[in-house]
Amino acid sequence: MLRLEKRPSPSRVWTAATPVLAVVLTMIAGGVMFALLGKNPFEAIRIIFWDPLFSPQFASYSRPQLLVKAAPLILIAVGLSLGFRAGIWNIGAEGQYIMGAIAGAGVGLAFYPVQAWYVFPLMVLAGGFGGWLWAMIPALLRTRFATSEILVSLLLVYVAQAILASMALGLMRNPEGGGFPGSRNLAQYPAAANLELIVGSGMHWGVVAALIAVIAATILLQRHILGFQIRLAGQAPRAARFAGVSPNRLVVLCLGISGALAGLAGLFEVAGPAGQISIDFGSNYGFTAIIVAFLGRLNPIGILLAGLLMALTYIGGELSQFLLGLPAAAIQAFQGMLLFFLLALDLLSNYRIRWTAWGGR
Amino acid sequence: MDLSAINPAVLVASLMVAAVPIVLAAIGELVVEKAGVLNLGVEGMMIMGAICGFVAAVATGSPVLGFVGGAVGGAALSLIFAVLTQYLLANQVATGLALTLFGLGVSALIGQGYNGIKPPSIGDLPLGPLADIPVLGTILFRHDWVVYLSIAVIAAVWAVLKYSRAGLVLRAVGENHDAAHALGYKVVRIRVLAILFGGAMAGLGGAYVSLIRVPQWTDGITAGAGWIALAIVVFASWRPWRVLIGAYLFGGITVLQLNLQAAGARIPVEYLSMSPYLITILVLVIMSSGRGRASAQAPAALGQNFHASR
Repeated sequence: MLRLEKRPSPSRVWTAATPVLAVVLTMIAGGVMFALLGKNPFEAIRIIFWDPLFSPQFASYSRPQLLVKAAPLILIAVGLSLGFRAGIWNIGAEGQYIMGAIAGAGVGLAFYPVQAWYVFPLMVLAGGFGGWLWAMIPALLRTRFATSEILVSLLLVYVAQAILASMALGLMRNPEGGGFPGSRNLAQYPAAANLELIVGSGMHWGVVAALIAVIAATILLQRHILGFQIRLAGQAPRAARFAGVSPNRLVVLCLGISGALAGLAGLFEVAGPAGQISIDFGSNYGFTAIIVAFLGRLNPIGILLAGLLMALTYIGGELSQFLLGLPAAAIQAFQGMLLFFLLALDLLSNYRIRWTAWGGR
Repeated sequence: MDLSAINPAVLVASLMVAAVPIVLAAIGELVVEKAGVLNLGVEGMMIMGAICGFVAAVATGSPVLGFVGGAVGGAALSLIFAVLTQYLLANQVATGLALTLFGLGVSALIGQGYNGIKPPSIGDLPLGPLADIPVLGTILFRHDWVVYLSIAVIAAVWAVLKYSRAGLVLRAVGENHDAAHALGYKVVRIRVLAILFGGAMAGLGGAYVSLIRVPQWTDGITAGAGWIALAIVVFASWRPWRVLIGAYLFGGITVLQLNLQAAGARIPVEYLSMSPYLITILVLVIMSSGRGRASAQAPAALGQNFHASR
C-alpha cells in the first residue's frame, strides 16, 4: 500500500526536476486536448514550442516577441514570488499592472507634446508609484483591519478595469482620435516611447528592468536580512515572530514591491508594445504571472526561465491560432493545466512515497 | 435622471434574482470552509457550471437538465481540486487559483460557437393566486423555481450543520482534523464530499447566470461573482442565514446601480459598475475589524492540509 512520509526538508533533486516533468506532462495532456479538438497534437505542440524559435518562416517575427512577452511576466512574477514565499497572497497584480499603466501614461500624456529627456523617467516613476499605491490598499487593510489581502487585491482588479474603461472613454481619450476610445499613441511620442533599444531584438526598457529585478531579488533572498525574514516567515511563522520579524512590515513590503513591479510592467507595456491606454489593455499578464512564479519555484532565476517558457506558449498559441485555427482559449487552458501538474508534483519534493504491506504501519 | 422610474417592489424582486448565483456559490463554499478547506476556485467552478449548463440546456432544450449539467460541470472541476489538495497535499491557495485560471480557459474553449445563442427559457413557478397579491406577490411569488431552491438550500445547510450528526462531524473535521481523525472519522473522505458539494453549488450558480440572469454565453460571463461569493462567506461569519443577507445586500447594490444606469444618473457608468466590488471590500473591512472579528469565527483548521502521520 502506498504511504506518504514527510521529508525533513524538501528534496533538492525533485524541486529542480518537477518543473521539467510538469512541462512534459502538460505537453502530453495538452496533446490529448488538441487531439480532442480535432487537431494533430504533434503538429500543435511543434507549432507552439518549436516554430516560434526555429521555423525559418516565423522566427524572425516571433523571436523578438519572446522578450516583449516575457518581460512583464518576469517583472510581475518576481515581485509576487517574494510575497508568496512569506505567505502573503497578492493575486491582484493585474489591477496593479493596469493602475501603473494608467498613472505612467497619465504623466506622459500630461507632458504631451514636450520633447524632453525627463519625460520617460518621470513616467517610469509614476508607473511604479501607481502600482505601489494600488497594492497599498490591500496592504493597509490587512495590517490595520486584518482583512484578507487575497480577496481585496482580487476585487480591486475589477475596480481597476472599470477605471481603465473610464480613462479610455473619458479623461485620457485622444482629442484627435475622432471620438474613438483609447488615448494618444505613446509609441509615436518620442519623448515618452519605450522603443526597442536594439532594433529587431525586442529588447526594450521593460526587459532591462526585468533582468535587474531578477538580479536584485536573487541578492535580496540570498544575502539580505529582509530576504531571510521573508523565507523564515513563510516556512516557520512562529519562529519568525520570536525572531522579531514584524508580520505587518513584511505585508507592506511584499505587497509594495510586487505592486510597484507590476505597475512598472504596465507602464513599459503601455509606452511600448501596446502604445496606448485602451479598453482591452489588460491582457491577463497579472494572472499568468502567478503561474510563472510557481513554475519558477518562487526562485528569481527559475522565474526568468519560466517567464521565457510562458512567453513561448503565448507566441506559439498565437501562431497555432493562425496556422491551425486553434482557439485562443486553448492556450489559457494549457497554461492552467501546467499549474495543476506542477502543484501535484510538488508532493514528490515534500514527501517520500513508501510501499508498505497491507495493513502495515 | 428620473428616479420615479424605479419601482421599489420590482427592485426587491429583481435583487432576489440577482443574488441567486452568489447565494448558491456562497452556501457551497460555506460548507467547504466548514470542513476546513479553503477553495479559492469558486470563480472557475462557477464559469464551468455556466458553460456546461448552457451547453446542456441548448442541447436538450430543457432548462432543468441545464442546471443538472451546470452542477455536474462545477463538481467535475472541483474534483481536480479535491484530488490535488486532499490526496496530493497541494497548497490550497495556489490550487484554488489554478482552478480559476483553468476554468476560465476551458469554459471559453467549450463555449466556442455558443455565442449569440438563446438558451431555452424557464418560466415562473405558477403559484396561482399568491402571485396576484399586490406588492408582496411581485416580490415573493413571481420567481422561477431556482430562486426558491436557493433559499431552500440555505435552510437545508443550516439545519444539517446545526442539528444533524453529519453536520457535527463536518464541523469537527473543520475545527480540528487531528482530533476528528483520532475519533475515527474519515477526514479526507468528508472533505472530498464537501468540496464536491461546493463545486456543484457553484456550478448551479454559474448555470443561473448563463441561463437566466444574462441569458446567453460570453467569455468570462461570471465577472467576479465567485470572488464575491468568497467574500460573502467571510461577511456571513460562516453562518448560513447571514449568507442570504449578504448576498441580498450585494444583489441590491447590483440591481440599484443597474437601475441608476438605466435611469440616466449623472455618475459615469464605469463608476457605477465598480460600486459592488468597492462595497464588498468595505463590508469585508468592517467585518474583519472591531469587536466581532469575523476571522475569530473561521473554522480553526481552515486552509490546512491533513496528512495522517499515524
